[in-house]
Amino acid sequence: MAEQLLKVEGLTAGAAGKEILHGIDLEIGRGETHVLMGPNGAGKSTLAGVLMGDPELEITGGTAVFDGEDLLPLAVDARAKKGMFLSFQNPIEVPGISLENFLRTAIEQRTGKRTRVWAFRKEVKALLEHLQMDPGFAERDLNVGFSGGEKKKAEMLQMLLLKPSLAILDETDSGLDVDAVRTVSKGVEEFQKDRSASLLIITHNAAILSALHVDAVHILVDGKIVETGGPELIGRIGREGFAGFEERAEDAG
Amino acid sequence: MSGEKTYVEDVDRAFYDFRNEEKDVYRVRSGLTEEIIREISREKNDPDWMLQFRLRALELFHRIEMPDWGPDISGLDMDNIVTYVRPDTARMHTRWEDVPAEIRDTFERLGIPQSERESLAGVGAQYDSELVYHSVREEVAGQGVVYTDLESALHGEYADMIRQHFMKLVPPTDHKFAALHGAVWSGGSFVYVPPGVTVEIPLQSYFRLNAPGAGQFEHTLIIVDKGAHLHFIEGCSAPKYNVANLHAGCVELFVGEDAVLRYSTIENWSKNMYNLNTKRARVERGGKVEWVSGSFGSHVSYLYPMSILEGRGAGCEFTGVTFAGAGQNLDTGCKIVHNAPETTSYVNTRSISKSGGISTFRSAVVVTPKAEGAKAAVSCQSLMLDDQSRSDTIPAMDIRTSKADVGHEAKIGRIPQEAVYYLMSRGLSEEDAKALIVSGFAENVSKELPLEYAVEMNNLIRIEMKGAIG
Repeated sequence: MAEQLLKVEGLTAGAAGKEILHGIDLEIGRGETHVLMGPNGAGKSTLAGVLMGDPELEITGGTAVFDGEDLLPLAVDARAKKGMFLSFQNPIEVPGISLENFLRTAIEQRTGKRTRVWAFRKEVKALLEHLQMDPGFAERDLNVGFSGGEKKKAEMLQMLLLKPSLAILDETDSGLDVDAVRTVSKGVEEFQKDRSASLLIITHNAAILSALHVDAVHILVDGKIVETGGPELIGRIGREGFAGFEERAEDAG
Repeated sequence: MSGEKTYVEDVDRAFYDFRNEEKDVYRVRSGLTEEIIREISREKNDPDWMLQFRLRALELFHRIEMPDWGPDISGLDMDNIVTYVRPDTARMHTRWEDVPAEIRDTFERLGIPQSERESLAGVGAQYDSELVYHSVREEVAGQGVVYTDLESALHGEYADMIRQHFMKLVPPTDHKFAALHGAVWSGGSFVYVPPGVTVEIPLQSYFRLNAPGAGQFEHTLIIVDKGAHLHFIEGCSAPKYNVANLHAGCVELFVGEDAVLRYSTIENWSKNMYNLNTKRARVERGGKVEWVSGSFGSHVSYLYPMSILEGRGAGCEFTGVTFAGAGQNLDTGCKIVHNAPETTSYVNTRSISKSGGISTFRSAVVVTPKAEGAKAAVSCQSLMLDDQSRSDTIPAMDIRTSKADVGHEAKIGRIPQEAVYYLMSRGLSEEDAKALIVSGFAENVSKELPLEYAVEMNNLIRIEMKGAIG
């Protein structure tokens, strides 16, 4: 097994006084790609939010260690600087800030260095091309008026520029057409080229995974991981859905 | 930082020494007298008509009541108004150590070199600004453009032109502080752009206003003749510190047929200042005035640039941002008079309030019966950064024709928590995330400014946002 990057133990969390995650155990090694699947309402996004530090969520128990440090007391920006990244399911629109300016600010925060404008622009341009986005995109206000697909591509662009050690993709593929899913998948592939970069891909759709190397698959049902296995689990979900797992969760509950 | 500007600190010590000897301290009298006005006029070497003008204005000043409708200005010592007009010059030539720490701190954060900080604080003289000013002046002179200080222009070949225009748009009868201005005005710029000339570089009054004591009752008179184009920029984002804390300047803009004048201001008076400034433009047929206005400083501001659209098809665009922090009550807005057919106006403002600051947007749109086919749109958005701060919108509309299209929208909001979370998830601190959101909110103004001013404005927002957390 690869060197450990993230270790979550007995994590319980919820929102507005209601517990959603009932004790999550999860381990991700450096350079590994994990997939988290589960039906709607299982708590997948809650887990992603807890790891990133969503202020709306309350953590009621358990621990999480990220890159050797206790994750839960860290502020959101400290987690980001440490290498955590979340591709949001609904990226927020921020008027008046161009995507490019935002990216530059973010990179400078991440690296603590000033970016070189021309090198940076070149990198952004290459990535835009790779993600089949119009070069003029960089000048548009962050996420403002972006289509669903454009927002997700912009998230991939950020991921590829920020080069996190763990990228969590929260249903980055949902609501996208076939072409957009393929483009997002290409972005993820590009990210995987860095052998030390880890991924936690949250999805309930196998399509995005078909071209990707996957190390482990976790099935989340009703706030608990009910099964962990290899990539073969993806095919099984594709054929049978989550019905079998849901019964198991009920039995366990 | 000091490498960015050529500063000659040691040259011309004599200039300093001379000035230090010049410390006549005028006796403080209980009121503003004719004698004082005559003294000012003599010092300025006014033509006689100007002396008479000042004296009439003085009379009006004594007669007109204080405004009773806006933010509280009882902190102004009106019984000793003379101390604002004739501040103790020994104190004006203040030492760097006497400049309030808050201002020194801001200079530091803005990265302004020490020598320039001192001149901005009214401590030193700014050699290179003078140099830049002179070279700009020469450059545009080739196009026939006159760009000079108003006082010397009163004696030059444009003396008659000034006489025809001076305080014709803002007469001293307008309000008490316009009368005061008429009586004691001092310094300021005069610009004349001949017909058909496009001035490619923005002219900046910043070059002129940093002399100690200047910029308190300054008068700006700009005449843009038929078909000419000009961008004039007033102020800079470093705080302007004056010992006497009243600013009653006046700006008069004459925009000729088919001419375009853009007037940009980033104002950051120190936080003890009462800023009672009057700005007005008159626009002829097919002409256009574009106001770009950022108000950050002062303790209390009354600021409502007015545009009078006098000719068919004349237009006005007003883009503003006001940022009121702790201890600030900034009452800003604009007034537009549509007095000709098919005139258009577009107002787009943002106001931000934080740490108990009060930001009021006051607008007035007047459409006279002559203005058939006029179009006016007013949009005002406010952002309150906490629960102690206040933001008000007071729009007034006076429409005297049924054939006009007038619209108004106002929105008041707060920084969305999920946006802060989103930006923080990319590594921005909470403070930086909020500053970025506020900068984005004020982008209507920053995108209209030349790059260096936009950068300064965003720096200023960042500074204002420091400590906004919690």
